[in-house]
Amino acid sequence: MTDAADLRERTARLLAAHPPATTAPLDFLRARFDAGLAWVHFPEGLGGLDAPRALQPVVDAELAAAGAPGNNPGRLAIGLGMAAPTLLRHGTEEQRRRHLRPLWTGEEVWCQLFSEPGAGSDLAALATRAVRDGDRWVIDGQKVWTSSAHLARWAILVARTDPSLPKHQGLTYFICDMTAPGVEVRPLRQITGEAEFNEVFLTGVSLPDSHRVGEVGQGWEVARTTLMNERVAIGGAATPREGGMIGIAAADWRARPDLRTHDLHQRLLTLWVEAEVTRLTGERLRQQLAKGAPGPEGSGMKLAFARLAQQISGWDLEFLAEDGLTYDDWALRRPESVDFTGREAGYRYLRAKGNSIEGGTSEVLLNIVAERVLGLPPEPRTDKDVAWKDLPR
Amino acid sequence: MTADTPAADLLYGESEDDLRAAVRALLAARSDPATVLADLEAGRACDTGLWDALANGIGAAGLLIPEEFGGAGASAREAAVVLEETGRSVARVPYLTGAVVAVTALLGCGTGRPPVGALLTRLAAGTVAVLAVPLPTAPDQPFRTARPTVRATADGTLHGTVTTVADAVCAEVLLVPADGPDGPALYAVEVPAAGVATTSLTPLDLTRPLATLTLDGAAGTPLATGERAVAAVRGALTAGAGLLASEQLGIAEWCLTTAVAYTGTRTQFGRPVGSFQALKHRMATLWLDIASARAAARNAADALATGSPDAPVAVAVAQAYCAPVAVRAAEECLQLHGGTGMTWEHPVHLFLKRAKSDESAFGAPGRHRAALAELVDLPAP
Repeated sequence: MTDAADLRERTARLLAAHPPATTAPLDFLRARFDAGLAWVHFPEGLGGLDAPRALQPVVDAELAAAGAPGNNPGRLAIGLGMAAPTLLRHGTEEQRRRHLRPLWTGEEVWCQLFSEPGAGSDLAALATRAVRDGDRWVIDGQKVWTSSAHLARWAILVARTDPSLPKHQGLTYFICDMTAPGVEVRPLRQITGEAEFNEVFLTGVSLPDSHRVGEVGQGWEVARTTLMNERVAIGGAATPREGGMIGIAAADWRARPDLRTHDLHQRLLTLWVEAEVTRLTGERLRQQLAKGAPGPEGSGMKLAFARLAQQISGWDLEFLAEDGLTYDDWALRRPESVDFTGREAGYRYLRAKGNSIEGGTSEVLLNIVAERVLGLPPEPRTDKDVAWKDLPR
Repeated sequence: MTADTPAADLLYGESEDDLRAAVRALLAARSDPATVLADLEAGRACDTGLWDALANGIGAAGLLIPEEFGGAGASAREAAVVLEETGRSVARVPYLTGAVVAVTALLGCGTGRPPVGALLTRLAAGTVAVLAVPLPTAPDQPFRTARPTVRATADGTLHGTVTTVADAVCAEVLLVPADGPDGPALYAVEVPAAGVATTSLTPLDLTRPLATLTLDGAAGTPLATGERAVAAVRGALTAGAGLLASEQLGIAEWCLTTAVAYTGTRTQFGRPVGSFQALKHRMATLWLDIASARAAARNAADALATGSPDAPVAVAVAQAYCAPVAVRAAEECLQLHGGTGMTWEHPVHLFLKRAKSDESAFGAPGRHRAALAELVDLPAP
C-alpha cells in the first residue's frame, strides 16, 4: 500500500530526474503522469498508484514547494472533473491509454456535448441522433451550453441510438472528435456580453465504433457517472469568513460610509448571517467527508450558493448607486475559465443569474432533495415508459 | 475578528450521541406531544417527575457544573444535545433556564465563593434556580440598556418587580440582578419565602411557564457585585441565546419530519399531496434551512464550550439564523397540515407557540444582527 512517505520519496525522485528549472513544463507534466503522481487514486499506468485520494495533497504540496509547473486545472475542468472519471469507470483499456495522459497534461482539452435546445432539465429527452453505419456511427444534431468547445480536441457526447425505446433506454455515450468534418462551433453570447459557452452543430459527423463508451443503449447510466462528478465539482472548497461574494459587499460597505442607509444595513446584516451560516454548513460537510461519513447536505450547497450569490450581488449593485449604473465592458470576450467574482459589480450580478441554472436548476435540485433525501412521493411521470419518438414536443 | 478563525468541531461526538439516545428515549416515553397536551389540560405547571428523571436519572442538570460540586464537568456541546431533544418534544422542563442560564450565571460569580459553591452543589442534584430577568432580555442589555427593576438596600433586602420570568414557578432559588448600594449586584433568593410573590401569567407558549416576581423586602444572599455581576449575567444570557439555537433546531426538525410524514400520506386530487412540487419544494427548502441551522447551532455550542473569543459572533449568528428557521418550520408544518393543523388536538400548535416565543427569548433576531454590526465592523449609517 502506498503511504505518504512513499509518495514523498517518489516525488523527490521525479524532481531529481526532471528538475523543474531546466525541464520544459509539458515534459515535466508527462513525466509526472508516468510516475503515477498525476492523480494518485487512479490505477498504475494511468497517472496514478492506486493510492487513497486523500494523499494527493501530499504530492501537490511537495511539487508546489519545488516550483513545479501545474496543468492549469481551471482550463481542463470538463476533462479532469467529468470525462476522466467516466472513462476510468466505463471506458475501454484502449480509450483510457489513448486519452487520459494528454487529458491530464492539458495537451488535449475536453468539452461536454450533453444539453440541447430541447433538452435542458430533461436531459434524457435529447434528440441528437447516432445512426450505425458499418463499424462507424453518423451523428446529427445540435448541442448547447458547451464550455471550452472552441478549445477542445475531444468531447464526451450522448446521442440517441434508438428512438423507438423510452427516453432513458435509447441513449449511447461516445467520444467525439472535435476536429472531425461536420463539427461546427459557434460562440453563445451571454447576458454578460462574453461567450464562455458555445453552440455545437453536428452534421453527418462520422465516429468509429471504437469511440463508443459503454454498451449501446447504456448511455444514460454512463452519463450519470459524469453528472454525479459535476455536482461534486460545483460543491466548492473551504472558505474563510467573508470569503467570496459577501467579502466584496462588506468591503464596499466599509469603504463607502456616504452610501449607507438603514434599509441597506438591515439587508446586508441578514445576508452576512446567511453567508456565514452557509460557510459553516459547507465546513460541516467537509468535516463529515473527512470522517468518511458524507451527509446529504451536499445536495443543498449549490442551492444556497446560488441564492446567496444572486442576493448579495443584487444588494451590492444597489448599494453602489452611481457606480452600479456603469458596466466595465460589453465586448464579446472568450474567457478560458470562469471567475464569478473577478469583474465589477454589474458583471457579478449578471453572471450570478446563471448559478441557479447551470449544473442543474434550483427547481430540479429541490425535487432531488424532496424525493431522494426526504422521501416524498414523486410527481406522476407520463413520459417514462413511452417510446421517445412518440413523446409530445 | 473577521477572518482566520479556526474551524470549530461541527459534528457530534460519540458520547454526545449516547447522551442524545438516553434523553430521546426518556422524552419519547414521558413527554410525547399527546402527554404534554394532556398535562397542560390538567393544569400541571411543572412536570417534576420528568425533571427528576432528566436531571438526576440521566444527570443532565449537572452537565455544566464542575465535578467538585457534584456535576459532570461536561460542556455546552453536551447541553446543546439535550436541548435539541427537549425542543423536539417541547418538553416542559426548566433545562435551558435552570441547567444552562442559572448555572452559567453562578459559574460567572466565581466558584470559590462559599454561597456560589453551595448553590452549584444543590443545582447539580436537581434543585431548580432561574435568573430573574424578563425572557426577552438580550445578552448585551442588563445593566446597560435595561437597568434592573429590582433595588437592593443596604440591609440586603430586595424590592421591585420582574416580569415574564420563565420557569419561576418551578424554581426554589431566584438569581436576582439588582441595583445594589454599590452598583450592579447579583443576589440569590430562596422561594417560597416572606417578601416574594410569584404570580403566574398565561403564556403564549404553553410549555414554558411565565410569572411576574414581586420582591417586597425579600432576603437576598449577595453572590457577586460590580463588573463581576455584570459579566456573570451577560455570560449567562450569551449561553442561553447560543444554546437556545439547539432547541430551535430540535423544534424545526420535529416540524419538518411531521410535515413530510403527513403530506406523504394525505391524499387529495387522487395523489399524496406531498407529490405536488408546490409543496415538496417548500419542504426541501426547509430541509436546507435546517441543515444550515444545525451548522450554526453546533458552531455556537462549540464556541461556548471552548471559551472561544469568537463566541459572541457565533452566538449572534446562531440566534439571528435559527430563531426564524424554527418559526418558519412551525408555520409551514401548520399550513401543510391544512385544517388539521388548526385543531387543538394536533400538537403542531405547541411547537408554533414555543418557536414564536423562543424568537423573542434572549433577544429577537434583529437585536442579534445589531450586535453583529458592532462585532464584525459593519457599522450602522
